Amino acid sequence: MRTGWNVAEVIGVTQETPTARTLRLRLPGLAGHRAGQHVDVRLSAPDGYTAVRSYSVASAWPGDELDLTVEELSDGEVSPYLVHQVAVGDRLEVRGPVGGWFVWDPADPSPVQLIAGGSGVVPLMAMLRAHATADPRSPGAAAPFRLLYSVRSPAAVYYRAELDALARSPLVDVTLVYTREAPPGSRRPPGRLEAPALAASTLTPAENPAVFVCGATAFVETVADWLIEAGHSASRIKTERYGGTGTSPGTRP
Amino acid sequence: MTGDLDRYDYLDGNAAAGPLSEIFAIDVLSARGRCAACGRTDAMATARLLPHSHGLLLRCPGCSAILLRLVDTGHSVCLDLHGLSFLELRRQQNGSQPNPPQPT
Repeated sequence: MRTGWNVAEVIGVTQETPTARTLRLRLPGLAGHRAGQHVDVRLSAPDGYTAVRSYSVASAWPGDELDLTVEELSDGEVSPYLVHQVAVGDRLEVRGPVGGWFVWDPADPSPVQLIAGGSGVVPLMAMLRAHATADPRSPGAAAPFRLLYSVRSPAAVYYRAELDALARSPLVDVTLVYTREAPPGSRRPPGRLEAPALAASTLTPAENPAVFVCGATAFVETVADWLIEAGHSASRIKTERYGGTGTSPGTRP
Repeated sequence: MTGDLDRYDYLDGNAAAGPLSEIFAIDVLSARGRCAACGRTDAMATARLLPHSHGLLLRCPGCSAILLRLVDTGHSVCLDLHGLSFLELRRQQNGSQPNPPQPT
């Protein structure tokens, strides 16, 4: 882990959706990170005003590069800049990757249930990628992984092709729940995730999965409550809330 | 000050990992802390971070008492831990992993 603020160079940009972009950064000296960690990004204006936001790392590589996927928040101070203006060759002040709590550990053989609301899929994607590339000798490499991804519409899905590819593994299951608009021919009409659908498409409490929930605060609260009502132990559920407004340090995007 | 928390106006303590990483050599949010007010003991990452507060404030998810307050003035950092009666920090097990795996 790197401490304090460091300068990262933007070495690639990929549009994920009309409102989200993945920035590939090179952070000299970084030697990998844990899946689920985030970085803080600091933007400074010429008058000395600074704004700090946290963004989850989407990638899971051993070296000095990492991907951040940033969703634009219309009233945000930082995300519009990162989604629309930052270009390859630009430099950003970055702290981290940090966080040792909301992380998947390849040494843990437990089955894993990931539950994402919208852009909350980002740190969970890092876990899926870490799982897919884990040393086959590590206990977690053989663990079943399930992702339940609640998303507004087909156009809002991040990492679509890669999720489809990951789901071909017998160990990985990906379920998408569309809340506003479903793809043509979809069996389920669009609508909010409800407790029965959650229970039907997630690992059961009897399987004692490690559960990671990430999304907007209200989504995370609701899902965590349903999981506990369904019999999951609170100590097995780890949450990461994104907050709402994006106007305060610590909120994201 | 209790009972004034807007239900959704907070984040996980985990979101404070960046600022705290500049002060603690290990990830203090993975440590178990005991609330001095109600006795609840859990990982510090489960505390509630109030982003609008003056400085950085972690509150107990059980009783909303303040567990940790950090104020950074630029030239100094003040850390108020009087809301914690106990903090269990796990020893680092190897160099590449700042935090030991969680028990399963």
